[in-house]
Order: sequence, then C-alpha cells, then structure tokens
Amino acid sequence: MADVEMTEARLDTAEGSISSEYVEFWIDLFLGRKGHEYFCDVDTDYITDRFNLINLQKTVNKFTQVIQYIVDELDDGVLEQMSSARLEQLEHDARKLYGLIHARYVITIKGLQKMLQKYKEADFGRCPRVYCNFQPLLPVGLHDTPGVDCVKLYCPCCEDLYIPKSSRHSAIDGAYFGTSFPGMFLQAFPEMVPPRPVKRYVPRIFGFELHKQAQVARWQELQRRKLVHSLEQRGIDGGWK
Amino acid sequence: MSEYIGDNSRTGSSEESGTFDEWIPSFCARFGHEYFCQVPTEFIEDDFNMTGLGQEVPHYRKALDLILDLEAMSDEEGQDSEEPVSRSIVEHAAEQLYGLVHARYILTKPGLQAMAEKFDHKEFGTCPRYYCGGMQMLPCGLTDTLGKLTVRLYCPSCQDLYLPQSSRHLCLEGAFWGTSFPGVFLKHFKELEDYVDRKNKETYELRVFGFRIADEAPSGTRMRWLRQYPKTSEEQLELQDCEFQIPKVQ
Repeated sequence: MADVEMTEARLDTAEGSISSEYVEFWIDLFLGRKGHEYFCDVDTDYITDRFNLINLQKTVNKFTQVIQYIVDELDDGVLEQMSSARLEQLEHDARKLYGLIHARYVITIKGLQKMLQKYKEADFGRCPRVYCNFQPLLPVGLHDTPGVDCVKLYCPCCEDLYIPKSSRHSAIDGAYFGTSFPGMFLQAFPEMVPPRPVKRYVPRIFGFELHKQAQVARWQELQRRKLVHSLEQRGIDGGWK
Repeated sequence: MSEYIGDNSRTGSSEESGTFDEWIPSFCARFGHEYFCQVPTEFIEDDFNMTGLGQEVPHYRKALDLILDLEAMSDEEGQDSEEPVSRSIVEHAAEQLYGLVHARYILTKPGLQAMAEKFDHKEFGTCPRYYCGGMQMLPCGLTDTLGKLTVRLYCPSCQDLYLPQSSRHLCLEGAFWGTSFPGVFLKHFKELEDYVDRKNKETYELRVFGFRIADEAPSGTRMRWLRQYPKTSEEQLELQDCEFQIPKVQ
C-alpha cells in the first residue's frame, strides 16, 4: 500500500512522468537490484539533510544533481536532455553516493534498527565455520575510503572476517558499510552478541590427534583460560558455551 | 535416475569409447560429486581392501558388481530372472560402498596423490576466511560411520572446519572421506605445513571509529586465542609446557 501512495506522490511532483504508470523511486530500484541485498533503505529525510552530507561533496561531480537524482527530485526535463553517457555517469555517481551515505546512516539509531531487522533475517548470510552454528553475519568494510577494498562479513561468534559467498556481494565496496558498523551494532544491541563457542577442531588420524596441531591447540586453550581468569577477576562472565 | 543425468552430460565421450559407461567415472563426473576421486578398479578388486565393508553395506555383492561394471552388459535380464532387488536400491548401496572404499583409498599413496591434484586445482573450494587468502581446503568427515554427518572442509591455514559453500556439496556423506584424511594429507605432504607456517597470521579486531572495544564489553574480544600463535620467546616456552597437557592458570 505504501508503495502506491509513494508512486502517486511522485506523479504529482513530476509532470513529465505521467506517461509511464509504473514509476519507481530510485532508491527502491537500487535496493531491488540483484546483489544489493546487503543495503538498507536510507530515509530521504536523512539524505536531504545537508548536515549528514558534510565532506561528501568532493566524492562526486555535480553533487546537488546527484542528490536530487537519488531522491527523485530531479526534473525529468533535465534528465531527458542528458546524453546517455552522462546518464550512465549520473547513475554511477548516485550509487556511489548512496553507498557512502548508507555507511553513515547504518550507524545512526534508525539505521541500526533497520540493519537489526536484516541481521535477524540473516540477509548478510551465515557463518560458514562449523562450530559457529549458522551464526548470522554483519557486513563490514576494512577502509572508509571508497575504492580500496570490498565488503567483508564479520561473525560475532568467532570474531573473524569472511568473504561473501556470492561474487555479486563480494564486489561491493566495503566503504558503503564502513569500518565501525559491526562494532557500533553490537554496542547498540548487546543482547545480540552470541555466546562464543569453545569447541574447536584438531585433525586426527585414526582417532589420534596430530601432535603439533594439538599442542598449538592446547596453547591456544591456555590463552583462552587466561582470558577467562582475568575476566573473572573483574567479575565479568565471558559468555562462552 | 540421477545416474542417467550423469550419463547425458558425458555422452560425447562415451559414444566413442564404447557401448556403456563405466560406473566409477560416471559417478565421479556427476554434478555435485566434484570432491570424489576415481578409485582404480584394482584397488576395489583386492578383497583385502574391502575387509569389513560387507557388513556395512546392504546387497554388498550386487553393489560391488555394479561398481566394477560386471553386470552392466546383462542389465535387464539379470533383474528379471534371479533377483527381486530393485535397481535403485542396488544403486544406492553401490554409492555407499564406493564412498566407503573411497575413504580408504584416499589414505593410500596413489589416493593422496590423486587428492593432492584436486587440492591444487582448488576443487574442494577455498577458505572463506578473509585472512586465509583463498587457501585451498580439504574434505573431512567428523565420523566414520554412515548416515551421521555430512562432509566438512578443513582449512590447513586457520586449522578450522567450514561448511561447503555450495548446497550441492552440503548433502554429501562425511564418512566418504573419513576423519583421518586431512591429518594423513598434512603428514604426507610436509611442505604444506611449512607453507602454512610461513603464512602471515593476521587477525581481525573489532573497532569503532578506530578505537578498540574494551574487554569488559559484551562485544569485547573473546576469541582472539583461536587465531593466536606463539610469537615471543616467552610464548614459545609456554608452548613447550603444553606438550602433553594444559598447565594451570595462575
């Protein structure tokens, strides 16, 4: 229902688009695209608030136009006059800018709530590690500057980074989620922090552990016990299972 | 039925080579069976290698004949005259039998060699963990009995177990590779261990705006030990103490 209302509102504002009945918002189109499942819906209010866009002006050409394009406020007349190359550039810029705004939005209260919903539905996939028991993952970037590295997935259970399963997802820029998102998310929703699994694997031959690997595993377990000990002294339950 | 799907995919080669498909190559060529290597018929024909399998698999004789293509020629006649067992049941038994022989074969020298080739070609997939940098993985069972658990993948770099990425590998029986395979593989190809030792052991730490999260917080680091390796001489000494048991924490 909400969609219909939005479409109508859109038709009222733009005269040129009356010819096509099925006008969709740019953001909805963007989110509906295959491979964009990790992104959440950024409020238009957030995008149009200049305060939220500080320091993003330099990232794309014709910044205002791109913003207008994202929130569908660009006149269709202007769009029609553009060459196809310019349109392509505009679309490209819009995606980049949306990604960068997205990285800021997901660490706000509203954004975190939306991401929580996606996390609960395991939209970002589940941890491939056997002892993590299908723990849902969180997207994270390793850099906040765009164009450096692709998005990675953080497992709150084993606290490690994984590469997205599908190449559609592994090609998304990590800066569109930011380096702080999982940390912020788990700070905001501490109840979402899963108990950490203690169980681990040591290769065995006919039931006998490989000595070298088992020795390192024992040493690692010793490190864990030290951590348990130091946490206990401060009266903190580590939350292991 | 699925056998015939497999047949279709390689009709090109089979038409030239003869009138029927050999069971083992067609089984290994089937979609989703990329983890299997081909066990030579000589290995299966040797009764010593098959010790004890007769009890584990139903219709052992018929299944064995199917694997070795001994009844392929007189397929339909045999079914009518002597046995009431349906072909699909025998087919299933043959798959189980082949899987169990496979688990034994890949621990032998030629078997390890065959698996190493698949390993080099990344046919078992690469480690999904970011810092392992696309390390190849090895298939591994968590039990040697049939019908318990599906196959897992062992990464020699982070020494952890992962689920296969593709759903077609998720339903493969773990016992078809066995619990000992990664261990024997590591011990057989020593250079793999050396290579892994030389790899950098980078780990990830959660940060917010560049700042670490305090250990006291619920989301503070709790799993660093899992990816930690002794570096300093002090830690090396500690590792020596761990040779047979875990020392007590003071």
